[in-house]
Amino acid sequence: MSAPTVEAPRRILAWRPGPVALAGAVAVVLVIVGEIVSPGFAGYGQLVNLMRVAAFLGVIAIGQTIVIIAGGGGVDLSVGKVATFSAIIGSRMMAGDDGEIVPAVVLALLVAAAIGLVNGLGVTLLRIPPFVMTLGMIGVVQGLILAYTGGQASGRAAPALTSLVNGRVIADLPGLLFLWLLLGLLAVWLLRRTTFGWNLFAVGANRMAAELTGVRVNRTLILAYVLSATFAGLAGILLLGYTESVFLDLADQYMLPSVAAVVIGGTLLAGGIGGYAGTAVGAIVLTILQSLLTTLDIGGAGRTIVNGAVLLVLLSLYGRQRRLQS
Amino acid sequence: MNAPPKNRAWPREIRLPGAQLSGAATVAMLVVAVVVNTALQPNFWSSYALTSNFATFVPLVAIAVGQTFVVLSGGLDLSLGAQVTLASVVAVQIVDERLDRVPLAVAAALGVGLACGALNGLVVALLRLQPIVATFATSFVFSGLALVVLPTPGGSVPLEVTTAYRDAVLGVPTALLAILVLAVLWWVLRRHRVLRHIYAVGGDADAAYASLVPVVRTRVWAYVLGGVFAAFSALAILANTGSGDPFVGNELTLASVAAVVIGGTALAGGRGGAGGSILGAMVLALVTNIVFFADVPTTYRQLVNGVVIILALALAGIPALQKRRPAA
Repeated sequence: MSAPTVEAPRRILAWRPGPVALAGAVAVVLVIVGEIVSPGFAGYGQLVNLMRVAAFLGVIAIGQTIVIIAGGGGVDLSVGKVATFSAIIGSRMMAGDDGEIVPAVVLALLVAAAIGLVNGLGVTLLRIPPFVMTLGMIGVVQGLILAYTGGQASGRAAPALTSLVNGRVIADLPGLLFLWLLLGLLAVWLLRRTTFGWNLFAVGANRMAAELTGVRVNRTLILAYVLSATFAGLAGILLLGYTESVFLDLADQYMLPSVAAVVIGGTLLAGGIGGYAGTAVGAIVLTILQSLLTTLDIGGAGRTIVNGAVLLVLLSLYGRQRRLQS
Repeated sequence: MNAPPKNRAWPREIRLPGAQLSGAATVAMLVVAVVVNTALQPNFWSSYALTSNFATFVPLVAIAVGQTFVVLSGGLDLSLGAQVTLASVVAVQIVDERLDRVPLAVAAALGVGLACGALNGLVVALLRLQPIVATFATSFVFSGLALVVLPTPGGSVPLEVTTAYRDAVLGVPTALLAILVLAVLWWVLRRHRVLRHIYAVGGDADAAYASLVPVVRTRVWAYVLGGVFAAFSALAILANTGSGDPFVGNELTLASVAAVVIGGTALAGGRGGAGGSILGAMVLALVTNIVFFADVPTTYRQLVNGVVIILALALAGIPALQKRRPAA
């Protein structure tokens, strides 16, 4: 899935690989480096495991991609907390009982969507900048989590959910990967083949022009934030199935990596250009990097430093802004 | 993007030199917060409570002022908290409980802030990476380095420093003086060409470039100033807590952005000022105080806190709502 970029000047200068190909190449290079540094890194089981870890980030980043494409400084910092909250609700509602899965998941996703709705209303009607609105929402959702749990998460994943996420389905691949593939295809379809998707790109590329063309800008934006929170909630449920029991900061650490995955995948933070395929590869790249650094024996501090440095290199491959001209 | 926002901002600053309060909203919020706090906390105005309140305000105030420079230039620095951590652990390792090493430690902290800011500036301005993700990446580098310098919480500051910080000079809390010094620093810098360039670049980078403003250099300066004020924040934390902690700054990054926005500075850049950020930081800190003294049940405290902060963020944006240009 290639991004609708302006091709003309690039063709004259030189051929450059698209962001998805570039990020994919980086992923392959990282795996090869891993195999050299620690033999067995590129083993089949190991790779499947990597993909499984990447899936959570990948699903959270679906929503992040949608919001970022919507432009206007669009970003959703509350995705991590929303995923955590959704997992906590799901775990408490299903309490290890298969019969309760559907109501639990529905309730968790509804709550997530409601949080997204508030984000969207704040961004459109109150015109709070998205960064700030979703930043404030982190505090509110954290408060909701504490109020709901009283500081102690309870319940556990239903066995059916766990076997859906962790169980081997085809070719020894866990069900989670198929779920991710399904959701990824859904995301691509949503962005490329629906009116909502087209409106989204229009709004992200030029909000004014979209408005004048008759696109319902506010409605598109609100829907983008609702979808972002819903996909985050879905990732929370998947994470619940994977870990079986929850804790109070289960998915918090996905907040900024989800943005990084989107950028590495070639979606512009300014909006209007990008797609989910790149984001998915970006999520895989970030996960491989994490795993590679864990494999290397350089200690926690060194790992953090290298992580930052490599992230900078990855971002400079495709996340650069245009040069100023007069 | 056109000239009006800048024209609107500049005459106002001539009328109110040194105190660019970007809107009455911030002042009103601070007044409400103080009044509510006074009603709920009986000894709010006692010298002990004032001293200890101001002592906890300074770190957030300093980092908020630092964030203001970056935001005004049209950027955002998500590594400021990590810079605070790095500067503080370096300073605490150098000072090592010896009073004669304090000047050296202060210099080292400022040097760390300067270097971190310069790195961010280079990455954002020269490499042209997008600020949000680029500073997120550098924050890893800084917090990793902090762990190298001080792997576990420890180290301590000479007792004289912590005592002086929590003391009062002629009845004025030292920490309040520190905030005033930060305000004066801003006031002085505001008179310098660099700040004028920062406003110009943040307002419209293309126009600034066309007007021969050194855009790249100005952006680097914004991040360097941000780093230096992060170092001030680190020093205030050390003086307040008396010991080092390699995770101390994590919470401050996002709070600094919130303080800047509550202070009325536009995240898009080019409009606002550190005067508002200082008040915004105090509003944020007072909200926590109020929720604590309002007898909110423990489990609901954070929820109330979060809702109040969102309301504050929304209120701060209302003046901008009216002046908004049609093309959002």
